[in-house]
Amino acid sequence: MNSSAILPNRNLLLLIAVCIALLASLLLPSAAYAQVDTFEFETEEQQDRFRTLSDELRCPMCQNSSLSGSTGGVAEDLRREIHRMIMEGMSDSEINQFMFDRYGDFILFRPRLTAATVLLWFGPLLFLLLGGLIAFGIWRRARKITVSDTQLDKSQQERLKQLLGDKT
Amino acid sequence: MSQLKFYLPVLGFVVVAIALWRGLYLDTKTLPSMLIDKPLPNFELTSVDGSDVSNSDLPKQIFLLNVWGSYCLPCLIEHPTLMRLSEEGEIPVVGVNYRDRQDLAVDWLLENGNPFSFSILDESGRFGIDLGVYGAPETYLVDAKGVIRFRHVSVLDETVWQELFLPAIAELRAEGI
Repeated sequence: MNSSAILPNRNLLLLIAVCIALLASLLLPSAAYAQVDTFEFETEEQQDRFRTLSDELRCPMCQNSSLSGSTGGVAEDLRREIHRMIMEGMSDSEINQFMFDRYGDFILFRPRLTAATVLLWFGPLLFLLLGGLIAFGIWRRARKITVSDTQLDKSQQERLKQLLGDKT
Repeated sequence: MSQLKFYLPVLGFVVVAIALWRGLYLDTKTLPSMLIDKPLPNFELTSVDGSDVSNSDLPKQIFLLNVWGSYCLPCLIEHPTLMRLSEEGEIPVVGVNYRDRQDLAVDWLLENGNPFSFSILDESGRFGIDLGVYGAPETYLVDAKGVIRFRHVSVLDETVWQELFLPAIAELRAEGI
Protein backbone atom coordinates (compact mmCIF):
# COMPACT_ATOMS: atom_id res chain seq x y z
CA MET A 1 0.00 0.00 0.00
CA ASN A 2 1.44 3.37 -0.87
CA SER A 3 1.13 6.42 1.32
CA SER A 4 -1.31 8.24 -0.96
CA ALA A 5 -3.88 5.53 -0.35
CA ILE A 6 -3.56 5.85 3.43
CA LEU A 7 -3.70 9.62 3.55
CA PRO A 8 -7.43 10.16 2.87
CA ASN A 9 -8.26 7.71 5.70
CA ARG A 10 -6.00 9.52 8.06
CA ASN A 11 -7.67 12.83 7.22
CA LEU A 12 -11.06 11.30 7.77
CA LEU A 13 -10.02 10.01 11.19
CA LEU A 14 -8.67 13.44 12.09
CA LEU A 15 -11.91 15.06 10.98
CA ILE A 16 -13.97 12.66 13.10
CA ALA A 17 -11.72 13.30 16.09
CA VAL A 18 -12.12 17.07 15.72
CA CYS A 19 -15.90 16.70 15.43
CA ILE A 20 -16.06 14.61 18.60
CA ALA A 21 -13.90 17.14 20.45
CA LEU A 22 -16.15 19.99 19.34
CA LEU A 23 -19.30 18.14 20.38
CA ALA A 24 -17.78 17.31 23.73
CA SER A 25 -16.85 20.94 24.32
CA LEU A 26 -20.45 21.91 23.59
CA LEU A 27 -21.77 19.50 26.18
CA LEU A 28 -19.30 20.18 28.96
CA PRO A 29 -19.00 23.91 29.74
CA SER A 30 -21.70 24.11 32.39
CA ALA A 31 -19.88 21.48 34.38
CA ALA A 32 -16.64 23.43 34.13
CA TYR A 33 -18.07 26.67 35.57
CA ALA A 34 -20.62 25.37 38.07
CA GLN A 35 -20.37 26.79 41.56
CA VAL A 36 -19.95 24.36 44.40
CA ASP A 37 -22.79 24.56 46.88
CA THR A 38 -23.41 22.23 49.77
CA PHE A 39 -27.13 21.76 49.27
CA GLU A 40 -28.60 18.43 50.28
CA PHE A 41 -31.42 16.74 48.42
CA GLU A 42 -33.59 13.76 49.21
CA THR A 43 -33.76 12.37 45.69
CA GLU A 44 -31.63 12.49 42.58
CA GLU A 45 -34.57 13.96 40.68
CA GLN A 46 -34.58 16.98 43.02
CA GLN A 47 -30.87 17.44 42.41
CA ASP A 48 -31.37 17.26 38.62
CA ARG A 49 -34.17 19.81 38.80
CA PHE A 50 -31.95 22.11 40.87
CA ARG A 51 -29.18 21.81 38.28
CA THR A 52 -31.51 22.47 35.34
CA LEU A 53 -33.20 25.43 37.03
CA SER A 54 -29.96 27.10 38.07
CA ASP A 55 -28.61 26.57 34.53
CA GLU A 56 -31.68 28.10 32.89
CA LEU A 57 -32.01 31.09 35.20
CA ARG A 58 -29.74 34.03 34.60
CA CYS A 59 -27.77 35.86 37.25
CA PRO A 60 -29.29 39.38 37.45
CA MET A 61 -26.02 40.91 38.60
CA CYS A 62 -23.42 39.29 36.38
CA GLN A 63 -25.37 39.56 33.16
CA ASN A 64 -24.12 36.76 30.93
CA SER A 65 -23.80 33.89 33.34
CA SER A 66 -26.41 31.55 34.73
CA LEU A 67 -27.18 31.25 38.42
CA SER A 68 -25.14 28.05 38.49
CA GLY A 69 -22.11 29.74 36.97
CA SER A 70 -22.05 32.91 39.03
CA THR A 71 -20.24 33.79 42.25
CA GLY A 72 -22.37 36.95 42.68
CA GLY A 73 -24.13 37.48 45.99
CA VAL A 74 -27.61 37.61 44.52
CA ALA A 75 -26.94 34.41 42.52
CA GLU A 76 -25.94 32.66 45.74
CA ASP A 77 -29.17 33.86 47.40
CA LEU A 78 -31.29 32.76 44.43
CA ARG A 79 -29.69 29.29 44.35
CA ARG A 80 -30.55 28.99 48.04
CA GLU A 81 -34.14 30.02 47.26
CA ILE A 82 -34.39 27.43 44.45
CA HIS A 83 -33.18 24.76 46.86
CA ARG A 84 -35.71 25.85 49.49
CA MET A 85 -38.58 25.85 46.98
CA ILE A 86 -37.67 22.42 45.60
CA MET A 87 -37.54 20.99 49.13
CA GLU A 88 -40.93 22.60 49.85
CA GLY A 89 -42.32 20.70 46.89
CA MET A 90 -42.90 23.56 44.48
CA SER A 91 -43.03 22.74 40.77
CA ASP A 92 -40.56 24.05 38.19
CA SER A 93 -43.14 26.39 36.71
CA GLU A 94 -43.96 27.78 40.16
CA ILE A 95 -40.27 28.42 40.78
CA ASN A 96 -39.86 30.08 37.38
CA GLN A 97 -42.93 32.22 38.14
CA PHE A 98 -41.40 33.22 41.51
CA MET A 99 -38.26 34.39 39.71
CA PHE A 100 -40.21 36.13 36.94
CA ASP A 101 -42.38 38.04 39.45
CA ARG A 102 -39.27 39.54 40.98
CA TYR A 103 -36.75 39.86 38.17
CA GLY A 104 -38.83 39.79 34.99
CA ASP A 105 -38.03 38.35 31.58
CA PHE A 106 -34.38 39.14 32.13
CA ILE A 107 -33.85 36.22 34.50
CA LEU A 108 -35.24 33.60 32.11
CA PHE A 109 -32.62 32.18 29.74
CA ARG A 110 -35.55 30.32 28.16
CA PRO A 111 -37.80 33.29 27.31
CA ARG A 112 -41.59 33.20 27.57
CA LEU A 113 -43.61 33.35 24.38
CA THR A 114 -44.93 36.94 24.16
CA ALA A 115 -45.48 39.48 21.41
CA ALA A 116 -41.97 40.78 22.03
CA THR A 117 -40.33 37.35 21.81
CA VAL A 118 -42.27 35.88 18.85
CA LEU A 119 -39.45 36.78 16.48
CA LEU A 120 -36.93 35.23 18.85
CA TRP A 121 -38.82 31.93 18.94
CA PHE A 122 -39.96 31.70 15.33
CA GLY A 123 -37.38 33.88 13.55
CA PRO A 124 -35.13 30.92 12.72
CA LEU A 125 -38.13 29.00 11.31
CA LEU A 126 -39.07 32.07 9.27
CA PHE A 127 -35.57 32.30 7.83
CA LEU A 128 -35.56 28.56 7.13
CA LEU A 129 -38.83 28.91 5.20
CA LEU A 130 -37.52 31.94 3.32
CA GLY A 131 -34.31 30.11 2.41
CA GLY A 132 -36.34 27.04 1.43
CA LEU A 133 -38.56 29.11 -0.85
CA ILE A 134 -35.56 30.70 -2.55
CA ALA A 135 -33.86 27.32 -2.94
CA PHE A 136 -37.09 25.84 -4.32
CA GLY A 137 -37.37 28.72 -6.84
CA ILE A 138 -33.81 28.21 -8.02
CA TRP A 139 -34.31 24.44 -8.29
CA ARG A 140 -37.53 24.85 -10.30
CA ARG A 141 -35.95 27.27 -12.74
CA ALA A 142 -32.94 25.01 -13.15
CA ARG A 143 -35.23 22.09 -13.99
CA LYS A 144 -37.01 24.08 -16.73
CA ILE A 145 -33.77 24.54 -18.66
CA THR A 146 -33.72 21.12 -20.33
CA VAL A 147 -31.47 19.81 -23.05
CA SER A 148 -33.95 20.78 -25.78
CA ASP A 149 -33.72 24.41 -24.68
CA THR A 150 -30.01 24.42 -25.21
CA GLN A 151 -30.15 22.82 -28.66
CA LEU A 152 -30.23 25.04 -31.71
CA ASP A 153 -33.00 24.76 -34.26
CA LYS A 154 -32.27 24.71 -37.98
CA SER A 155 -32.15 28.46 -38.63
CA GLN A 156 -29.90 28.94 -35.61
CA GLN A 157 -27.61 26.17 -36.87
CA GLU A 158 -27.37 27.96 -40.20
CA ARG A 159 -26.48 31.23 -38.55
CA LEU A 160 -23.87 29.54 -36.36
CA LYS A 161 -22.28 28.00 -39.43
CA GLN A 162 -22.24 31.40 -41.09
CA LEU A 163 -20.61 33.03 -38.14
CA LEU A 164 -17.99 30.36 -37.73
CA GLY A 165 -17.67 29.75 -41.47
CA ASP A 166 -14.50 31.67 -42.00
CA LYS A 167 -12.69 30.31 -38.99
CA THR A 168 -13.37 26.59 -39.31
CA MET B 1 -39.78 42.45 -10.99
CA SER B 2 -36.04 41.98 -11.60
CA GLN B 3 -35.50 45.40 -9.98
CA LEU B 4 -37.37 44.19 -6.92
CA LYS B 5 -35.13 41.14 -6.81
CA PHE B 6 -32.12 43.41 -6.71
CA TYR B 7 -33.45 45.80 -4.08
CA LEU B 8 -35.01 43.24 -1.74
CA PRO B 9 -31.70 41.91 -0.37
CA VAL B 10 -30.37 45.48 -0.12
CA LEU B 11 -33.49 46.49 1.82
CA GLY B 12 -33.13 43.44 4.03
CA PHE B 13 -29.53 44.34 4.74
CA VAL B 14 -30.42 47.93 5.64
CA VAL B 15 -33.21 46.84 8.02
CA VAL B 16 -30.99 44.30 9.80
CA ALA B 17 -28.07 46.76 9.92
CA ILE B 18 -30.22 49.46 11.54
CA ALA B 19 -31.63 46.99 14.08
CA LEU B 20 -28.16 45.71 15.01
CA TRP B 21 -26.71 49.24 15.12
CA ARG B 22 -29.41 50.26 17.57
CA GLY B 23 -28.75 47.11 19.54
CA LEU B 24 -25.13 48.19 20.09
CA TYR B 25 -26.31 51.20 22.07
CA LEU B 26 -29.16 49.65 24.07
CA ASP B 27 -28.77 49.78 27.83
CA THR B 28 -28.76 46.13 28.83
CA LYS B 29 -27.22 46.72 32.25
CA THR B 30 -30.18 48.41 33.91
CA LEU B 31 -33.08 46.06 34.50
CA PRO B 32 -36.63 47.38 34.69
CA SER B 33 -38.19 46.65 38.06
CA MET B 34 -41.06 44.17 38.14
CA LEU B 35 -42.49 45.89 41.22
CA ILE B 36 -43.44 49.22 39.70
CA ASP B 37 -47.06 50.01 40.74
CA LYS B 38 -47.04 47.04 43.12
CA PRO B 39 -47.15 47.32 46.92
CA LEU B 40 -43.90 47.08 48.80
CA PRO B 41 -43.40 43.41 49.79
CA ASN B 42 -44.32 42.48 53.34
CA PHE B 43 -41.55 42.25 55.90
CA GLU B 44 -41.24 41.49 59.56
CA LEU B 45 -37.59 41.94 60.37
CA THR B 46 -35.35 43.80 62.74
CA SER B 47 -33.71 47.12 62.05
CA VAL B 48 -29.97 47.77 62.15
CA ASP B 49 -30.37 49.16 65.70
CA GLY B 50 -32.13 45.97 66.80
CA SER B 51 -35.82 46.90 67.04
CA ASP B 52 -38.63 45.00 65.31
CA VAL B 53 -39.82 46.62 62.08
CA SER B 54 -42.62 45.82 59.65
CA ASN B 55 -44.62 47.55 56.90
CA SER B 56 -46.64 49.52 59.48
CA ASP B 57 -43.46 51.38 60.49
CA LEU B 58 -43.03 52.88 57.02
CA PRO B 59 -43.70 56.62 56.53
CA LYS B 60 -47.30 57.44 55.58
CA GLN B 61 -46.09 59.77 52.84
CA ILE B 62 -43.90 59.59 49.73
CA PHE B 63 -40.50 58.24 50.77
CA LEU B 64 -37.28 56.72 49.45
CA LEU B 65 -36.24 53.14 50.14
CA ASN B 66 -32.48 52.98 49.71
CA VAL B 67 -30.65 49.65 49.47
CA TRP B 68 -27.16 49.95 50.98
CA GLY B 69 -24.30 48.05 52.55
CA SER B 70 -21.11 48.90 54.42
CA TYR B 71 -19.12 47.07 51.70
CA CYS B 72 -20.67 49.21 48.95
CA LEU B 73 -18.39 51.99 47.68
CA PRO B 74 -20.98 53.70 45.43
CA CYS B 75 -23.16 54.00 48.56
CA LEU B 76 -20.53 56.37 49.98
CA ILE B 77 -20.77 58.48 46.84
CA GLU B 78 -24.53 58.93 47.14
CA HIS B 79 -24.39 59.27 50.93
CA PRO B 80 -24.07 63.11 51.01
CA THR B 81 -27.19 63.43 48.84
CA LEU B 82 -29.19 61.11 51.11
CA MET B 83 -27.91 63.05 54.15
CA ARG B 84 -29.00 66.36 52.62
CA LEU B 85 -32.47 65.05 51.62
CA SER B 86 -33.03 63.67 55.09
CA GLU B 87 -31.56 66.60 57.07
CA GLU B 88 -33.43 69.24 55.07
CA GLY B 89 -36.63 67.25 55.52
CA GLU B 90 -37.15 67.02 51.76
CA ILE B 91 -38.19 63.37 51.86
CA PRO B 92 -37.95 60.57 54.45
CA VAL B 93 -35.37 57.90 53.60
CA VAL B 94 -35.74 54.31 54.79
CA GLY B 95 -32.73 52.01 54.41
CA VAL B 96 -32.43 48.37 53.50
CA ASN B 97 -29.12 47.07 54.79
CA TYR B 98 -28.58 44.39 52.16
CA ARG B 99 -26.37 41.30 52.63
CA ASP B 100 -24.30 42.97 55.32
CA ARG B 101 -23.36 42.32 58.93
CA GLN B 102 -25.15 44.21 61.67
CA ASP B 103 -21.96 45.28 63.49
CA LEU B 104 -20.40 46.55 60.24
CA ALA B 105 -23.63 48.40 59.36
CA VAL B 106 -23.75 50.09 62.78
CA ASP B 107 -20.09 51.16 62.45
CA TRP B 108 -20.68 52.50 58.94
CA LEU B 109 -23.61 54.64 60.11
CA LEU B 110 -21.63 55.96 63.11
CA GLU B 111 -18.68 56.84 60.90
CA ASN B 112 -20.53 58.40 57.96
CA GLY B 113 -23.78 59.64 59.48
CA ASN B 114 -27.26 58.13 59.39
CA PRO B 115 -29.71 59.54 56.84
CA PHE B 116 -32.28 56.76 57.45
CA SER B 117 -35.45 56.89 59.59
CA PHE B 118 -34.52 53.25 60.14
CA SER B 119 -32.69 50.56 58.20
CA ILE B 120 -34.24 47.17 57.63
CA LEU B 121 -31.62 44.52 58.42
CA ASP B 122 -31.59 42.05 55.53
CA GLU B 123 -28.51 39.96 56.26
CA SER B 124 -29.72 36.97 54.25
CA GLY B 125 -30.77 39.03 51.22
CA ARG B 126 -34.21 37.40 51.36
CA PHE B 127 -36.12 40.70 51.50
CA GLY B 128 -33.89 41.92 48.66
CA ILE B 129 -35.12 39.03 46.50
CA ASP B 130 -38.74 40.01 47.13
CA LEU B 131 -37.83 43.54 46.06
CA GLY B 132 -36.00 42.30 42.97
CA VAL B 133 -32.71 43.81 44.16
CA TYR B 134 -29.61 42.74 42.29
CA GLY B 135 -26.99 44.85 44.01
CA ALA B 136 -26.54 47.91 46.19
CA PRO B 137 -27.11 50.77 45.72
CA GLU B 138 -30.69 50.83 44.49
CA THR B 139 -33.32 53.41 45.41
CA TYR B 140 -37.08 52.93 45.26
CA LEU B 141 -39.64 55.74 45.30
CA VAL B 142 -42.65 54.61 47.35
CA ASP B 143 -45.92 56.53 47.55
CA ALA B 144 -48.05 57.28 50.63
CA LYS B 145 -50.05 54.09 50.10
CA GLY B 146 -46.90 51.98 50.16
CA VAL B 147 -46.87 51.34 46.41
CA ILE B 148 -43.52 51.31 44.57
CA ARG B 149 -43.59 53.90 41.79
CA PHE B 150 -40.04 54.20 40.52
CA ARG B 151 -36.67 52.52 40.88
CA HIS B 152 -33.20 53.83 40.24
CA VAL B 153 -30.25 51.42 40.08
CA SER B 154 -26.77 52.70 41.08
CA VAL B 155 -25.74 56.04 42.55
CA LEU B 156 -28.39 58.61 43.46
CA ASP B 157 -26.48 61.89 43.26
CA GLU B 158 -27.83 65.45 43.03
CA THR B 159 -28.12 65.21 39.23
CA VAL B 160 -30.13 62.00 39.40
CA TRP B 161 -32.27 63.51 42.14
CA GLN B 162 -33.01 66.60 40.02
CA GLU B 163 -33.51 64.84 36.71
CA LEU B 164 -35.24 61.58 37.65
CA PHE B 165 -36.69 61.73 41.15
CA LEU B 166 -38.10 65.26 41.29
CA PRO B 167 -40.15 64.81 38.07
CA ALA B 168 -41.40 61.41 39.30
CA ILE B 169 -42.40 62.93 42.64
CA ALA B 170 -44.10 65.89 40.89
CA GLU B 171 -46.10 63.37 38.85
CA LEU B 172 -47.21 61.57 42.03
CA ARG B 173 -48.24 64.86 43.65
CA ALA B 174 -50.22 65.77 40.53
CA GLU B 175 -52.09 62.46 40.96
CA GLY B 176 -52.83 63.54 44.52
CA ILE B 177 -50.97 60.68 46.17
